[in-house]
Amino acid sequence: MALKVIETVPGGETEGTDTTPEALLARIQTLEAEVASLKQEMPKDKATIVVFSGDFDRLIAAFIIASGAAAMGTEVNLFFTFWGLHALRKARTFRNKTLPEKMLSAMLPVGPGGTSKMNMLGIGPKFFQYIMKQRNVETLDDLMETAKDLEVRLVACQMSMGIMGISEDELMEGISFGGVAAYLGDACESRVTLFI
Amino acid sequence: MATQQLDCKGLNCPMPIVKISKAIKKIGAGDRLEVEASDPAFQADVEAWSKKTGHALVEFTDGEVKRAVIEKAA
Repeated sequence: MALKVIETVPGGETEGTDTTPEALLARIQTLEAEVASLKQEMPKDKATIVVFSGDFDRLIAAFIIASGAAAMGTEVNLFFTFWGLHALRKARTFRNKTLPEKMLSAMLPVGPGGTSKMNMLGIGPKFFQYIMKQRNVETLDDLMETAKDLEVRLVACQMSMGIMGISEDELMEGISFGGVAAYLGDACESRVTLFI
Repeated sequence: MATQQLDCKGLNCPMPIVKISKAIKKIGAGDRLEVEASDPAFQADVEAWSKKTGHALVEFTDGEVKRAVIEKAA
């Protein structure tokens, strides 16, 4: 015999609940399916950071956050786009490039740029590097090495590489390449997303 | 229960937690890591690190040189 239980829901409405084993089993199955689909939508322990700027100071912030997050067990993805790409650049090549690309290659920096404030025609980064050394703060190169060592994933945006005329062989080793979908795929699963 | 020493004196953010995260991988569950650091943010950082990673911060002594004892979780 099936029991009909009348429950008073906090909202005030009264609802009849079918307590036959079949009905309960069906409810459990529905709930399990809902939990499974919610689990997929839950953010993972991931941090995804867009590095748009190539400024020395902003890069330091990006790599400190990335290394810290990785040290706390978080999976970190850094997406380098536009000016941020120059931070990954190790060489300048002109081979197999069109004239505008060659011009860009000649004009754009290799490695981190100046500071976002108090750059003072390039004295800024040297000044801050000096102070950082005095205070025993890791250099940007060391921070980048630390991040790589902690398996922070560095991804270069291929579209902006195209715009900037940067070829894969100009960038440092051990990086991945991707586009906006790769970034969004990671960002949608992340608890922390930043744009630096 | 073994205790491993880790010297982070003179290191700045984020290096103490980077070093701790590397060192903790090398010890066994239940073993302890005794860390000495001078980074002014060390207390806040090591507390947040242990809360996030689940390894217990069993002792903390403040001072010019701060001392933290972390026990590796199972």
